[in-house]
Amino acid sequence: MAAQPYGLVAVFDTAPAVYHAAETVRDAGYKCWDCITPFPIHGLDRAMGLRRSKVPRISLVGGVLGFTTGMSMIWFTSAYDYPLLVGGKPYFSPMFAFPVSYELTILFTAFATIGGMFLLNRLPMHYHPVLKSDHIVRGLDDKFLVVIEARDPKFNLAATRALLEKAGGREITELEA
Amino acid sequence: MSHAAESAHDAPSILREVNPTPLPRATLVENNRSFGWITDKICGIIEGKTPTWWWVCFVVACFVASFTVAGLTYLVATGVGVWGHANPVNWAWDIVNFVFWIGIGHAGTLISAILCLLRQKWRTSINRAAEAMTIFAVVCAALFPVFHVGRVWFAWYLFPIPNSNYIWQNFRSPLEWDVFAVSTYGTVSVLFWYVGLLPDLAILRDRFTAAGNRLRGWLYGFFAMGWRGSNRHWSNYEMAYLILAGISTPLVLSVHTIVSFDFAVSLIPGWHTTIFPPYFVAGAIFSGFGMVLTLMLPLRAIYRLEDLITQYHIDCMCKITLATGTIVGYAYGMEFFIAWYGANPYEGFAFINRAFGHYAWAYWIMISCNVITPQFFWFKKVRENTTLVWVLSIFVNVGMWFERFVIIVTSLARDFLPSSWGYYSPSIVEIFTFFGTFGVFSVLFLLFIRFLPVMPMAELKAVMPQADPHGSGDAGHGASGRSH
Repeated sequence: MAAQPYGLVAVFDTAPAVYHAAETVRDAGYKCWDCITPFPIHGLDRAMGLRRSKVPRISLVGGVLGFTTGMSMIWFTSAYDYPLLVGGKPYFSPMFAFPVSYELTILFTAFATIGGMFLLNRLPMHYHPVLKSDHIVRGLDDKFLVVIEARDPKFNLAATRALLEKAGGREITELEA
Repeated sequence: MSHAAESAHDAPSILREVNPTPLPRATLVENNRSFGWITDKICGIIEGKTPTWWWVCFVVACFVASFTVAGLTYLVATGVGVWGHANPVNWAWDIVNFVFWIGIGHAGTLISAILCLLRQKWRTSINRAAEAMTIFAVVCAALFPVFHVGRVWFAWYLFPIPNSNYIWQNFRSPLEWDVFAVSTYGTVSVLFWYVGLLPDLAILRDRFTAAGNRLRGWLYGFFAMGWRGSNRHWSNYEMAYLILAGISTPLVLSVHTIVSFDFAVSLIPGWHTTIFPPYFVAGAIFSGFGMVLTLMLPLRAIYRLEDLITQYHIDCMCKITLATGTIVGYAYGMEFFIAWYGANPYEGFAFINRAFGHYAWAYWIMISCNVITPQFFWFKKVRENTTLVWVLSIFVNVGMWFERFVIIVTSLARDFLPSSWGYYSPSIVEIFTFFGTFGVFSVLFLLFIRFLPVMPMAELKAVMPQADPHGSGDAGHGASGRSH
């Protein structure tokens, strides 16, 4: 008996087609599945039943961390570790510490956002069954793919294939794991 | 009157349904191109044979860049005195060039971040190249302050790294703020650019691998991080992109604000003004759009990208140049007004001296390039003549360099005490070093257009009518066909 495939992949030609197919697959109750699109399609998240991205939470942590780092670094260097009187100004004031803390807020937020995006997407992942598919080249170019994974509890080779066919998918093939 | 009342009686008092007036949308991709055409077109630039003009430009750019290398080597070997600085002008071309280059970078961030938040879809075809321009401009800008410290191997003293003197940086100084602002700006610009490149690198990975070029396939693949166009990924990606746009917007405004603080926080007449932050930001965007036009118009002509950079795109860029140029002109006028209205004799003198003193030639070059040049963009005929637009964009670049020269040099050369007045002229080393930075910039930009996609393919596809999942461009647009 052949090894269990990773899943089934179907090709769609247009953005509306994959949008409606996503709604069909979502309504059929699948959980482990995905759409492969060359660009983010407006509204496809909802059609797939995805929840709002969690990236902003990580960004917020980065921003707060950046601001506190800036303020505490300047307090530490100017008022604690080596207090030095310059121009009769106070050793520490949130006023003069603000520009640097502001920049560090942005810097840390940027790193947190990108790091968070990679983390939530589980990237880098250079080997993935989808990447071995012959369809992937066009899935990043001008076609739209729907992939349903075999580990989904509702997955059934024949029934899932029929569902994808009904949704309008072409060239339905098994993905090797 | 009675007639109107009569017809109002016939019609229902409340409309059953209100439909928004269908406003025509600007076409962002001409000739009804398909998704596949975009991929082939943009990737084709990288996959094709290196054109002869590219080699010619590259060799010339390397030659020009060697002037910067030679100038800086001579400076490091001899001392910072090889530049023409002397009392009272101890800050001149180095800071002029720094502000000039960093200002150019700002248009890239404006296009990628602010126009993204404002949902200006026309940004998509120019944002990649403009962001590349930003990064390379920051590289050129950073050279000047770093080498102006004299002993460049101590440049790390700018950062709060523990050193043998146990002394820390002076965080009360705007110059130290600038260190953080510019390094954050450079870093975030690179990150933003890289995130935008991610899906396009994945396309290149697959195309080079399919074509059997394993080395380049591997290299693009390494940086593509295994991107596979998954919508679960796009969901996080789009959110991350939006947040990056959201934080880059205050960043770009703060960077040039802090650059202007380098001057505004001092007490020199002509510098010590509150108008500086908004005036510098407007000027930066103005000069940056000048540079975007200077770069994109030849690129469009050489690679036949007229379908992607349409007349509408050029119109938009010209109009932003016009708007920001006019803001700059207003700021020039307002500075004069406040100098008079503020009744400070030193301030008043500084401005009269700018316009009619020893550096009046620089002042009038600035006024003609920055205030008069953009006014041509009011006319559609001018905006449609790409050669003329290109020539005008060069004037904008020149004018904005002179603006920084006027602000910095005239104020320092004529400060409070007539006994300390002087006249500054650049040394040949300074001239060569600055001239060479155009080579450094061009080398980097040429490498960019040779090895990376000049336009974001994924973003371009997303603004095409076929991308709408609810189908205005649903049928008959040949979304899947590979015909033109």
